Amino acid sequence: MKKLTGLCVLLLGLALAGCASHETKPAAVEQAGGAQGQGAQAGNVAGQNLGANDLNNPHSILAKRSVYFDLDSSTVSEEYKPIVQAHARYLSDHPQARVQIQGNCDERGSSEYNLALGQRRADAVKQMMMVLGVPPQQIETISYGKEKPKCTEHDESCWAQNRRDDIVYQHP
Amino acid sequence: MFPMKICMRINKLAIGCWVALWLCVPLADAALTIQIVGGGAKQTPIAISTFPGETALQQQITPVVIADLTRTGLFRMVDAGGINPVPTDPSQVQYPVWAARGAEALAIGSVTPLPDGHYNVQFRLLDVLQQGQLAGFQYNIAPSQARLTAHKIADAIYKAITGDVGVFSTRIAYVLRQSGRYELQVADSDGYNPQTVLATRQPIISPAWSPDGTRLAYVSFEKGHAAVYVQSLLTGNRHVVINSKGTTSAPAWAPNGKQLVVAIPQDGGTNLYRVNDDGSGLTQLTHGSSINTEPSFSPDGKSLLFTSDRGGSPQIYEMPANGGEAQRLTFDGSYNVTPDYSPTGKDFAFVQRNNGHLNIAVEDFTSHQAQVLTNGDLDQSPSFAPNGKMILYAAEGGILAAVSSDGRVKQRLRADTGQVSEPAWGPLPKTQ
Repeated sequence: MKKLTGLCVLLLGLALAGCASHETKPAAVEQAGGAQGQGAQAGNVAGQNLGANDLNNPHSILAKRSVYFDLDSSTVSEEYKPIVQAHARYLSDHPQARVQIQGNCDERGSSEYNLALGQRRADAVKQMMMVLGVPPQQIETISYGKEKPKCTEHDESCWAQNRRDDIVYQHP
Repeated sequence: MFPMKICMRINKLAIGCWVALWLCVPLADAALTIQIVGGGAKQTPIAISTFPGETALQQQITPVVIADLTRTGLFRMVDAGGINPVPTDPSQVQYPVWAARGAEALAIGSVTPLPDGHYNVQFRLLDVLQQGQLAGFQYNIAPSQARLTAHKIADAIYKAITGDVGVFSTRIAYVLRQSGRYELQVADSDGYNPQTVLATRQPIISPAWSPDGTRLAYVSFEKGHAAVYVQSLLTGNRHVVINSKGTTSAPAWAPNGKQLVVAIPQDGGTNLYRVNDDGSGLTQLTHGSSINTEPSFSPDGKSLLFTSDRGGSPQIYEMPANGGEAQRLTFDGSYNVTPDYSPTGKDFAFVQRNNGHLNIAVEDFTSHQAQVLTNGDLDQSPSFAPNGKMILYAAEGGILAAVSSDGRVKQRLRADTGQVSEPAWGPLPKTQ
């Protein structure tokens, strides 16, 4: 039963991923978040294997490579757990794969505190992947603090996009 | 660059000594334009008479002195024109004329060319009411040293009248971002003579002056991750302090100039470490999985201020410089970061978030009362002037600003091009 739920989550993820690239804005993901979040409660690394092709498939959940955070927070919210879980599953299935988790923050706050907060955001995703069984040597973390904003406008919609981890594959 | 040899004496009777200045200071345009907002509680009326002969210098002396003093908000300039002949010696000064103009102090001087291409600059500050000398010295300078000499004169006037050390001949460091490039620059305190210390396409943050002003520590992302470098301003030589794959950041110099405290991420948190400037002797100062960063030494080197979220939100703490129990110092609001210990040791500046706005505040170590000094949306990176009287900071829109530590005088320094951030005010120049 658990396995079946996981599969459902995966299919739902695939369907939703179809309408958005991994550049998805937080708002768009939030719309999908409710349904995904429910499934994520029961989801785990178990499920259908994800192949190397899935990594390059724009319709796969693996195409989603960003996790967004609330202000001052480094907690991975329910709506982004399926993304982390999918990448954790891929990494478990592909021991040679390597990722770098890149933590980022919005512009409001000190450079140095944000550098530490970005590191904590990256570590939060790494920690979640490790709990899901990914060996630590497959995951590297780095923080860019507020120094490499994806969006440079000075408003909340932009700041929300910059409070983000990017999951970057160094080796597929 | 040659070592700087300066002999300066402020003396009520005797004129100071004759010493040549040896300093390579190229003339350059200002990178920053300064606008003054507000004024001091008391403005001393002062007349700065032109120095006969100064027009021979490409950079005249007195306009720089006037600009320096005006910028503080503590002086009111009294018209010095229409006096004939222009006095160059106290014996030529008709004190009642200056008193009638309302001046309480008068600066006079002269510039005389020397056979070897240098210039002799003489300066005296006179008390108009007491009819006596408050300060005076003379320099033999190369033409390129005119601006520095003017800052020295402004420092002498500021000291004689306010009793505080002047900081006009100090320098500031900041990061200029333009055309996708990051430049770590050092400029005079008035924004002139900008020199690029490092240019890279990767971010640079957190410049910190060594206590003797000869080196900068900073964080560069040029290797892909944040790493602390130390660079000599004399030779340009630089090295990464801790050569590892991991992040190091937030350098603060110990007052002895031999050690740094830096922040290193670890186990989901970030901890402070002391390290020698060559990377040896790494010693952990804070422990645990909370964030501990942005160290700032007390002037005596005995304690450290830093930002920590160990209590659930980022707040300012103080602990012994060798580690140990930390005391929380800020309690208002959920976000107090970036402490800068005042050179006076009496208070510290920091950034406080109020209703989503970031502002510069100061807190007194005795009363623990915090006073918010600025009202911008995004005021960050406070850095005390070495006399503790002004705080330089970065404001929204990539400009630098300064506020007096009592909040009365405000300056805005706008870059001609690009965005300026991460300012750090350098130490007082060493006089020998």
